[in-house]
Amino acid sequence: MNDSPDLFASSAAGADAAVEAALAGLTVTAPAGLRPAVLVEVGLADAYARIDSPIGPLVVAWNGRGVSLVDAAGDDGTFETRHRAATGRDAFRADALPARLADAITRRLGGDRRARVDLDLRGHSPFEQDVWRKALEIPRGEVRPYGWVAAEIGRPRAVRAVGTALGHNPVPLIVPCHRVVRTDGTIGQYSLGGPTNKRTILRSEGLDPEELEAQAATGIRYTGSDTTRIVCLPTCRHARRVMDVHRVGFRSVRAAAEAGYRPCKICRPDSGAALAA
Amino acid sequence: MDTDDRLAADLARDLDRSFDALVVAHQDRLYTIALRMLGDPRDAEEAAQDALVRAYRALATYEAARIRELRVRGWLTTIVLNLCRTRGLRRAARGAPPVSLDGDPSPALEPSAPVAEAPSAVAERRSERDRWGARLAELPPVYRAAVVLRHVDGLSYPEAAAALGRPEGTVKAQVHRGIALLRTMLEAEERHELEEMTA
Repeated sequence: MNDSPDLFASSAAGADAAVEAALAGLTVTAPAGLRPAVLVEVGLADAYARIDSPIGPLVVAWNGRGVSLVDAAGDDGTFETRHRAATGRDAFRADALPARLADAITRRLGGDRRARVDLDLRGHSPFEQDVWRKALEIPRGEVRPYGWVAAEIGRPRAVRAVGTALGHNPVPLIVPCHRVVRTDGTIGQYSLGGPTNKRTILRSEGLDPEELEAQAATGIRYTGSDTTRIVCLPTCRHARRVMDVHRVGFRSVRAAAEAGYRPCKICRPDSGAALAA
Repeated sequence: MDTDDRLAADLARDLDRSFDALVVAHQDRLYTIALRMLGDPRDAEEAAQDALVRAYRALATYEAARIRELRVRGWLTTIVLNLCRTRGLRRAARGAPPVSLDGDPSPALEPSAPVAEAPSAVAERRSERDRWGARLAELPPVYRAAVVLRHVDGLSYPEAAAALGRPEGTVKAQVHRGIALLRTMLEAEERHELEEMTA
């Protein structure tokens, strides 16, 4: 087998040097996606992709800490500019949301409040975060007045500030600020493209905004049941179960109390009711 | 003050502002080490990404003084090597071969060749690199790690010893043994080729 050993008699040191030189040439450049993936995972940059919604395609930005921004921007440049203004971070376009996140968002928008969607709300005030967390508790297909949110977070006089905080909601739809309406029963403003979108989203969740406003315009703000003697906010799932023959309307929680009705423990119509009355 | 000391000082001052600079400075070498240890580009990318993410999370828990003292190069090397080791073990447990032979990533990710070079020369050089990647993959992991750190990544013996957590003398012996094995492989291949030509 080894019949020509002379060919390989070069010094071992020389051969080792050649091996070492070959090894030194084995460096490679990291794939282009490595740096963005690292920065997104640790939350120093965000990735973004589009999802469908009742008001058309939306851009969702996220990182390893959670969803950071939901925006109606039509093109990437506009979104990236807004994203940088809102977060101070770079945004990298992705083909799609990670499957688990997409699934959780779909389930959440579909009304499944157990679907966990982490949010990255760094840089926002504790008050704003309190308001958004409270809005997260409002079930799909129901609405609550601004004053209710203010009372529930222990700041009953901060109704206007609640409105402002909801207007600054960086993750509309996921934090359902569209489910907070004016205390007089009108639908009110919406940050994601204006009040028309708010009506569209509420309708997609099974509410009739015009009917709500028409009822509020009559001065009836609360719904009671003469069988249970419980009074609710009109969109509370318990109020909506009451049959028409048993339905009693009230202008205030106090008027209901005087008639012998106690506030519902689920929708807590007495939260912020003093201001509404 | 070398670049790593400066980087450590910046990281100690403001981790979030400086971490991108760490990624830019070290991603190629961490990916290279992972690729040469694991052989598979996808595995290597995951290991390098995981190493950098873990580095960030660790730094976020360190006091500024500890970050300033950090030897970033060696510290990152230890992290990526540990991740390669667990990946290698996991793959072995699955019954897959320890490393695949397509050692280089897709052509687009290779450093571009000088314009003057003929395409055939580029292809030859690439296949030559593939062969070296494959030979490295055949080394026992203990020698492979020492050889990759010393001769592919270019760490000094003290740096490589610190990164591997082994005495410098041991690492030197492992590097020499690894190089000798590679030379033997090369010679055996050449002998084989010669036999085929003369057969």
